[in-house]
Amino acid sequence: MKNTFSQQPWLVVALALVLPLVLQHFGNAWVRIADMSLLYVMLALGLNIVVGYAGLLDLGYVAFFAVGAYLFGLLASPHLMENFPLIAAAFPNGLHLSLWWVLPLSAGVAGLFGVLLGAPTLRLRGDYLAIVTLGFGEIIRVFLNNLDQPYNITNGPKGIGPIDPVTLFHYPLSKKLDLGWFEVPSVTLYYYLFLCLVVVSVIICHRLENSRLGRAWMAIREDEIAAKAMGLNTRNLKLMAFGMGAMFGGVSGAMFAAFQGFISPESFSLMESVMIVAMVVLGGLGHLPGVILGAVLLAALPEVLRFVAGPLQELTGGRLDAAILRQLLIALAMVGVMLVRPRGLWPAPEHGKNLDTQGGQA
Amino acid sequence: MSAVPSTVLHVTGVNKRFGGLQALSDVALHIERGQVYGLIGPNGAGKTTFFNVLMGLYAPDSGSFALAGKAYQPTQVHKVAQAGIARTFQNIRLFAEMTALENVMVGRHVRTASSVWGSIFRTRGFKTQEAAIEQRARELLDYVGIAALADYKARTLSYGDQRRLEIARALATDPQLIALDEPAAGMNATEKIQLRALIDKIRNDQRTVLLIEHDVKLVMGLCDRVTVLDYGKVIAQGTPAQVQSNPQVIEAYLGTGAH
Repeated sequence: MKNTFSQQPWLVVALALVLPLVLQHFGNAWVRIADMSLLYVMLALGLNIVVGYAGLLDLGYVAFFAVGAYLFGLLASPHLMENFPLIAAAFPNGLHLSLWWVLPLSAGVAGLFGVLLGAPTLRLRGDYLAIVTLGFGEIIRVFLNNLDQPYNITNGPKGIGPIDPVTLFHYPLSKKLDLGWFEVPSVTLYYYLFLCLVVVSVIICHRLENSRLGRAWMAIREDEIAAKAMGLNTRNLKLMAFGMGAMFGGVSGAMFAAFQGFISPESFSLMESVMIVAMVVLGGLGHLPGVILGAVLLAALPEVLRFVAGPLQELTGGRLDAAILRQLLIALAMVGVMLVRPRGLWPAPEHGKNLDTQGGQA
Repeated sequence: MSAVPSTVLHVTGVNKRFGGLQALSDVALHIERGQVYGLIGPNGAGKTTFFNVLMGLYAPDSGSFALAGKAYQPTQVHKVAQAGIARTFQNIRLFAEMTALENVMVGRHVRTASSVWGSIFRTRGFKTQEAAIEQRARELLDYVGIAALADYKARTLSYGDQRRLEIARALATDPQLIALDEPAAGMNATEKIQLRALIDKIRNDQRTVLLIEHDVKLVMGLCDRVTVLDYGKVIAQGTPAQVQSNPQVIEAYLGTGAH
């Protein structure tokens, strides 16, 4: 089954196209879960460039998600107009950017942050790198939480809202599309937008993987000293990995802000970073189908488990908290997967046969 | 051929001090095109230090370096490779989870250029370049004799084949000079004979090899010229025959009375 999926990506796309139409029969909440899963897929694809290709363990990836979200939140909400008369004077009608501005802008700014946060970590490797990036992730969140004084830029823990929806060809996606004979709800419109973005992301990642740049990243992952000795400028290549990975996070964040209509620092906690890393590792480090599978599973599983946790809670007479039970089940599932499939659910295939059986290992 | 300078590596006055230890004092080396040049010396003589200085791993205290007539400063490892010295490692360092072909393709990185846009949009320039990189990599795998193993992961290759792959990867950078750090270490007799044949083949193609080796028999049988280091100083330079009969070398390297 796996082979047919990887050989025929269009089959997967076709299934993905039909999915929301089926889901919306069961309620928009289900389509919403699918929307969020797609955003997480984009995040996981971005992180996969940093962790999977270049081998740089980044535990603060959610920072770029936050940068994208806040960038769009500030540009597409009345918040800045209310707090800065100068901006209000310059844009009396507010900044209502269309998608074609939002995408490159969020990618660019997040990419810049990726390079900036990557630069101080270039000499670090493995665990040490993870600790520093974890710190950077937290710094961004703390900034968002406290930048309401002396100038109210982020509105602190109260968050920013209402944020404009994505506008595509002058059509706001928050309105349901009435085709006369058929109504497409807003969440389904967003679903198709996110699906397009994911497909483009997958194509970009796939092409990067099979290029000179991708090989150079993987060489650094495999052996940095040997990579340097082959003339690879590891500093620039690592910065590029950080920057390109962050771009996906930024776009995903901007879409998240538009989709939710409201953002607060709470959404960008350390737990989110950990979950994105878990998606990449659980799915199959460096292998695109695996990463996508991991992201979809880990993003959808908590929601699906609501239906399991509820009855279990009733069974124990309400003594077990459903939220805690859900976390417990997710953790158990992750431990189980890693024990049974240590290289991930769907790891990169082994090339060729193994020569070990023929001996010759000195 | 006349345009190519006959001197490949010209190094003079290299000094390196580690605290109270003068690891290298006034080391000089001159390698001609098409030579296999041996660098030998007893343990602690400074072979590895000199090698690391040459490759940009340690900054020398003084010294002048010229590669194919052009001065280069060994300050950063990747710049040395760009200048034209490719190396192999004593304890083989391949990109283990990549295929043999991909390993050699990485070697082409430094002699090619491609933009991110080109890779994402698969421009025609990108495609022709990728094809050229792959073709050259396959040629080199064939050259070292492991063309059949192109699609195997590097870690699954046998020890001797891994060494060949490392040499192919080094050749892929179009180097002026290939520096082999103890290539025969850990090899059995058959593998050593094959390695010798390969180095011979590389020399016959007018490429230049710097060989750092413990195995005196291999060095003496293979090298055109040899430099012997002891306590960080050059104690002898010349053809293997000259070096072998040098009393200082006999004393320092082969032991007093041995010959």
